[in-house]
Amino acid sequence: MSSLRFVLVLLLAIPAQAQQILRWGGDSEGGAPYVEADPNDPSVVQGFDVEIANEIAKGLGRKPQFVQVAFTSIDQSVARGDFDIGMSGVEETPARRAALAATIPYYEFTEALTVRTADKKKFQSLADLRGHRVGTLGGTIAYELLLDAEKKLGITAISYDDDVHPYEDLQQGRLDAVLLDNIIAARSMRRTPGLYTHYDKPVARGHYIAVLAANNTALRDRVNDILRARMRDGTIERIYRKWGIWDEFQQPFFNRVVGESASGRVGVAPQPPTRPLAHSATGPLLLKYIPALLKATLITIAMSCLSMALAVLIGMAVATGRVYGGAIARTLLTTYVEVIRGTPVLLQLFVLYYGLSSVIRLPAFVAALLGLGLNYAAYESEIYRGSMEAVPRGQLEAARTLGLTEWQVFRLVRGPQAFRLALAPMTNDFVALLKDSSLVSVITVVELTKQTSIFAANVGSWVVPGILCAALYLALSLPLARLARKLESHWRAASE
Amino acid sequence: MILKIDDLRLRRGTREVLRGVRFDVDRGELVALMGLSGGGKTTVLRSVAALETFDGGSIDVDGVVLRPGGAHPRAIVRDLRRHVGMVFQLHYLFDHLSALENVTLAPIHVAHRSTVDAEKRALELLDQLGVAHRRDAFPRELSGGEAQRVAIARAMAMEPPLLLMDEPTASLDPARRNELGATLRELTQNGRTLIVTTHDDDFARDFATRVVILAEGEVVEQGAPNQVLVHPQHPATRQLLQMAAEEKQQ
Repeated sequence: MSSLRFVLVLLLAIPAQAQQILRWGGDSEGGAPYVEADPNDPSVVQGFDVEIANEIAKGLGRKPQFVQVAFTSIDQSVARGDFDIGMSGVEETPARRAALAATIPYYEFTEALTVRTADKKKFQSLADLRGHRVGTLGGTIAYELLLDAEKKLGITAISYDDDVHPYEDLQQGRLDAVLLDNIIAARSMRRTPGLYTHYDKPVARGHYIAVLAANNTALRDRVNDILRARMRDGTIERIYRKWGIWDEFQQPFFNRVVGESASGRVGVAPQPPTRPLAHSATGPLLLKYIPALLKATLITIAMSCLSMALAVLIGMAVATGRVYGGAIARTLLTTYVEVIRGTPVLLQLFVLYYGLSSVIRLPAFVAALLGLGLNYAAYESEIYRGSMEAVPRGQLEAARTLGLTEWQVFRLVRGPQAFRLALAPMTNDFVALLKDSSLVSVITVVELTKQTSIFAANVGSWVVPGILCAALYLALSLPLARLARKLESHWRAASE
Repeated sequence: MILKIDDLRLRRGTREVLRGVRFDVDRGELVALMGLSGGGKTTVLRSVAALETFDGGSIDVDGVVLRPGGAHPRAIVRDLRRHVGMVFQLHYLFDHLSALENVTLAPIHVAHRSTVDAEKRALELLDQLGVAHRRDAFPRELSGGEAQRVAIARAMAMEPPLLLMDEPTASLDPARRNELGATLRELTQNGRTLIVTTHDDDFARDFATRVVILAEGEVVEQGAPNQVLVHPQHPATRQLLQMAAEEKQQ
C-alpha cells in the first residue's frame, strides 16, 4: 500500500517538476550586458536580460533554464516551441508584434552613431555620411534605418552577423560609421579604442521586449504583469543600475509603460524612426522586397561567375603544375589542395577577411571572391588533373612523333580533350558554388540567402521568402544541372 | 643507308629487354621486324622514334645519332622527328579532331603550312589511302581499318623518309591485309623506307623486301623473306613459323 502511494507521488511529481521550469532563449554570443557566459563559470549566464528572466521565472513560480540560440533565430525558435520566452536585446517591431505574442517593452535604447574620433566633427548624422559605408547588425531596426538612408541619403548600408566586427572594421577604415543600440556602442567603445559615439544625437529610439509563441498570450499577459510590478517596485531599475545601463530615459519610459492598462498592447507610442514596416499582410511588404531580392540574385550570380572563373584559372595552373612540375612544385601544390579541401570554407573566409585584415585590408566582395575562388580552385584542379591523366598516353606520344613540342602537345591535344572531360564535373561544381556563395554573408556580402533571411526577419516568417529564394536558386541551378547531364552523356558517347 | 642500329642495349629494372641489337636498313626497303611477343620488336621501334632512352649502343637515322644515357637532347629529337614517323598499333588518333584535322595538325603547327595547303595535301593522302570520303568523321566513328589508314596518312603528312609501323596487320582479315601490303609497297616507291613489326609471315613473305628476326633482345637471323621464312636457320625462327602455322589452322 505504501509502495503504491510512493509510485503515485512519483507520477504526480514528474509533471509538476517539469512545469516548474521556465525555458527562456537568448544568445550568449551577443555578450554583456545582455547575456554572457560567466567568466568564472561558462556554464552559467549573466547579464541584465538574465536577471529579468530570473525575475519573470520567480514571479511565475518556476525555475529559469537558459537555452542558447542564435540571435537571428530567436523568433523562429520561440514560435517552434524550443523555449517559452525569447529575450536578449530583442527589439520591438510591428512585424514581431504581428507574428508573435510580444510582452510590454522593458528597456528604452537609442540608435547611436559611432565614428572614428578623427571624424567626429565631419560625421554627426546619417545625412553627413552620403557616399560612405555604414555598418550594423543585420536583421535589426538599425539595419532598416540604414537601408532607408541608403535610398534617401545615399549612404551604403553594410550588414554584419555580429555586433563586434562592425566596430573593428570601423576602426580599420572598412566602414566610416556604425549605427547600433547605445548599449552595444558603449560596450564596443571600451573594447575598441579610437572611436567616438554621438550619444547626444540619437538617430532613433527603440525598445527591448520579450517574445512568446503567438498562441501563448496567457503566459504573455502574466509576464506583462510581472514586468510592470518589477518596474514599479524598483527591481528592474536596480538591475539596470548594476549593469550600468540606467539612464535618464528609463524613468519616463517606465512611467509610460506602467501607466498603460494591462492589455498587452504596445506600451509606448511608436517612435517615429521605427519605420512603418507594419503592413499586417505580407503582400505590399513582399513587393517591397522583390527589387532587393533581385539585386541580391545578381550579386549571387556575379559572385559565383567571377569566383568560378578564378577557380578555373587557378585550378588549371595547379593541375598543370601537379602533372608537369618538379618535385618541389608538386609538393607545394598538393599541400595547397589538401589544406583547402581539409578545412571549412567558412574558416577560410574568416581568415581572409578578418584574420588577414592587419596585413591587407580586402574589401568584402574581393575577400569573398578570393575565398570562394581559392577554395574551388583546389577542387577544380583535382578534376583537371584527373581529366588530363585520362587522355591516353599513346595520343601524347603520337603527337610527339609528329614533331609537336611539349607545349603544343598540351595546347592542341591534351588540353582540349581534358577540358571536354572536365566540363560536366565543372558544371556540377558551379551549381555547388552557386549555393556555397551564400556563405559569404558571414563577411558582410548581402547575397540571395542573406537578403532572404533579412526579408524573413522583417516579415516574421520564412514561408514566402523561403519559397521565393528557393525558386530563384532553382531557376539558376536547374538549367546548369541539365547542361551538365547533357555534356556528360555527350562525352560519354564520344569516348565509347 | 637510312638506319643503322649498332649494339642497342636497353634495360628496364633488372630485365635486359634489348641485348645488343644490330641491323641496317637501306633506303626504299620494306623491312618486316618479326619475333615472338616480348622479343623486343616494339621497343626497337620506340627507341628509333626516341620514345625510349637506352643504355648502350647507338641509333643513326639519316645522320641524326641517338646515344645512350639519359633523355635525348631536345635539338637532336627535334631533328630526328623530321626523319622518322610512326604509326601505332592502337592508332592513337586524336579523339577530338576529325580525320582531316588529325592529318593536318602537324603540317599546320609544326611545318607551318597554310591551312589550305595542308588540307589539300591531306586530302591527296586520304584519297591515296582510300579514306577521303571519311574526312569529316571523328575517330570514334571510324572502323579499325579506316582508323589505321588515317593514322598512316597522319604520319605520312610530315613526309618522313623513314616510317615505323607497329603491328599494322594485327586484327586485319586476309583481304584487308593484302590491301594494306599493296599500299605500303606503293609508299616505298619514291625512296621512302618502312619498318613494320608483324606476326604475320604470309604478309612478310608477300610484301617485305627483307625480314629481321628478333629473339630475346637480339637479332638472330635476317635476309630475304623467301630465304629466312622458307629455310629458317635459327630455332627461334622455326618456333615462330610453327606457331604462326598453328594459329592459321585454328
